[in-house]
Amino acid sequence: MRLAGLGLLALLIVASLLIGAADMSAQGLLTTAEGRALLFESRLPRTLAAVLAGAGLAVSGQVMQVLARNRFVEPMTAGAGQSAALGLLICLLLLPGASIGAKMAAASVAALAGSLGLMALIRPLPPSQPLLVPLVALVYGGVIGGVVTFIAWQGDLMQLLGTWLTGELSGVLRGRYELLWIAAGASALTYLIADRLTLLTLGEDAARALGLNVGLVTAAAVAAVSVVTAMVVVTIGSLPFVGLVVPNLTARLAGDNLRRALPLTALAGAGLVLAADLLGRVVRAPYEVPAATMITVIGAAAFVVLLNRGTARV
Amino acid sequence: MIRIEGLHHQIAGAEVLRGIDLTLPEGGVTALIGPNGAGKSTLLSLIARLIRVQRGRIEIGGHVVGQTRDRDLARVVAVLAQGAHVSARLRVAELVGFGRYPWHLGRPGAADHAAVDAALERFDLTGLRHRFLDELSGGQRQRAFVAMAFAQDTPYLLLDEPLNNLDIAAARDLMTLVRGLADEAGRTVVIVLHDINYATAFADRLVVLKQGQVVAQGAPGEVVSAPLLADVFGTAARVEQIDGRPVVLV
Ligand SMILES: Nc1ncnc2c1ncn2[C@@H]1O[C@H](COP(=O)(O)OP(=O)(O)OP(=O)(O)O)[C@@H](O)[C@H]1O
Ligand SMILES: [Mg+2]
Repeated sequence: MRLAGLGLLALLIVASLLIGAADMSAQGLLTTAEGRALLFESRLPRTLAAVLAGAGLAVSGQVMQVLARNRFVEPMTAGAGQSAALGLLICLLLLPGASIGAKMAAASVAALAGSLGLMALIRPLPPSQPLLVPLVALVYGGVIGGVVTFIAWQGDLMQLLGTWLTGELSGVLRGRYELLWIAAGASALTYLIADRLTLLTLGEDAARALGLNVGLVTAAAVAAVSVVTAMVVVTIGSLPFVGLVVPNLTARLAGDNLRRALPLTALAGAGLVLAADLLGRVVRAPYEVPAATMITVIGAAAFVVLLNRGTARV
Repeated sequence: MIRIEGLHHQIAGAEVLRGIDLTLPEGGVTALIGPNGAGKSTLLSLIARLIRVQRGRIEIGGHVVGQTRDRDLARVVAVLAQGAHVSARLRVAELVGFGRYPWHLGRPGAADHAAVDAALERFDLTGLRHRFLDELSGGQRQRAFVAMAFAQDTPYLLLDEPLNNLDIAAARDLMTLVRGLADEAGRTVVIVLHDINYATAFADRLVVLKQGQVVAQGAPGEVVSAPLLADVFGTAARVEQIDGRPVVLV
């Protein structure tokens, strides 16, 4: 299954390198100077950005679901994404000329605070009511989103806000996506502690009885999830649903043992975002439909199907 | 040996355990019985350091609970909580493998895989090892959880109502396996049971709890009697001697 997935992803990558607004043959991309510039300045960065963001978001969705012990949450829509935008906004208002590093830090810290807030909110909810968690998460994310919109409106930054709230990859160029490698690193960290995270699915008490340092593992995972979310928001904007749909699908196939599931999740997440971006490039070429819009269409449909089939299991 | 001295415990202002002094020797099966709300699970959770000791002292295998690191105690005592439930889609072998965590701390080696295989074999789960937990019957799932506790390979094993939802065959099989853990593997087992007949049939010792206090303890034949049931459970059940052990007629 992983091999088939890798094959499919490879095909998508090749397609993503070949297809674009500029008309250029495969040969031209490699042989002409103009072609090489296009390839290395734009198409390759864009493709890598889609792969890194997709893999990172899907992985952090799965990790968040383990932490929340609920299948229907994902960081981008549950407060972390909105908080990252809030952090960015505050950073821009207070330090108009802030460096990319400052923005990145502001978004990460805000996303972390947002994730911690969510964890504190859903902790007392009864596990017997699995739909309460996504409901609370949705409202929580919505409230933070509302604050962000209000501040942006007051500060006349609505247009800028739009670019963070609707993720799209047409602006990705070399030098403007590299933060996503940090997201990839954070995702890799969660893979390193995959066994420990899976222990958390047994419940906090059982995990502690096995000698797990529950606090430390949770803290590391929340930090990783927040960093991934923040890097994606800073670089390409919010991409909803990836963290929700992909882990739910892979859990069906591979189960919830993260050591097994995470690689598949990363692969599928990369594939989904890349496919959405590609589709967005071709549906009404030469215009582009943002990847976030494409994913929302695909993801919302998939989520409805999942909800209908999935509640009995959770 | 498990040694408990002057143990008191309050939950939300109510005194749940009221001065427990108890010494359980090494080896054998001890059944903890008592009415609902007597404090059995609380006592077990305190021994397993799942809740913090408020007053009193608990020592298990020479380790003082509360003064020993979690990861050290994880090699001393394994616990199966009441109504253990996992909603994650995990395979049987994966679940049992988690029992090895205290030993490999995230990097399972050949010895751990062998221990998992042995646990699966002992609990007759080898054929089910690749099944997801939600694809098992209640009895099979319960067996998988006990197998995980067994794989943890600790001298002490605490089981809270493992017979919940099991039919008579599954319950007897599980109790036979638990008996074997004490007899063949030399484990010290403390098990909460509601069916007193299982307790008298399979345990070496009974400890009877009522309203947070130990009201009787000893060999099943010495403890179980109609007056005790009347006193502790407030129910008038007859007790007959069959094959030299007391049997409660319900
Ligand atoms: N979280 C809690 N909040 C309030 N009271 C609690 C809590 N947990 C336990 N109690 C109370 O503590 C007492 C002992 O509970 P415990 O679970 O130890 O009983 P038990 O003997 O295991 O009962 P059962 O046979 O029903 O499992 C009960 O009166 C119970 O109501
Ligand atoms: Mg109980």
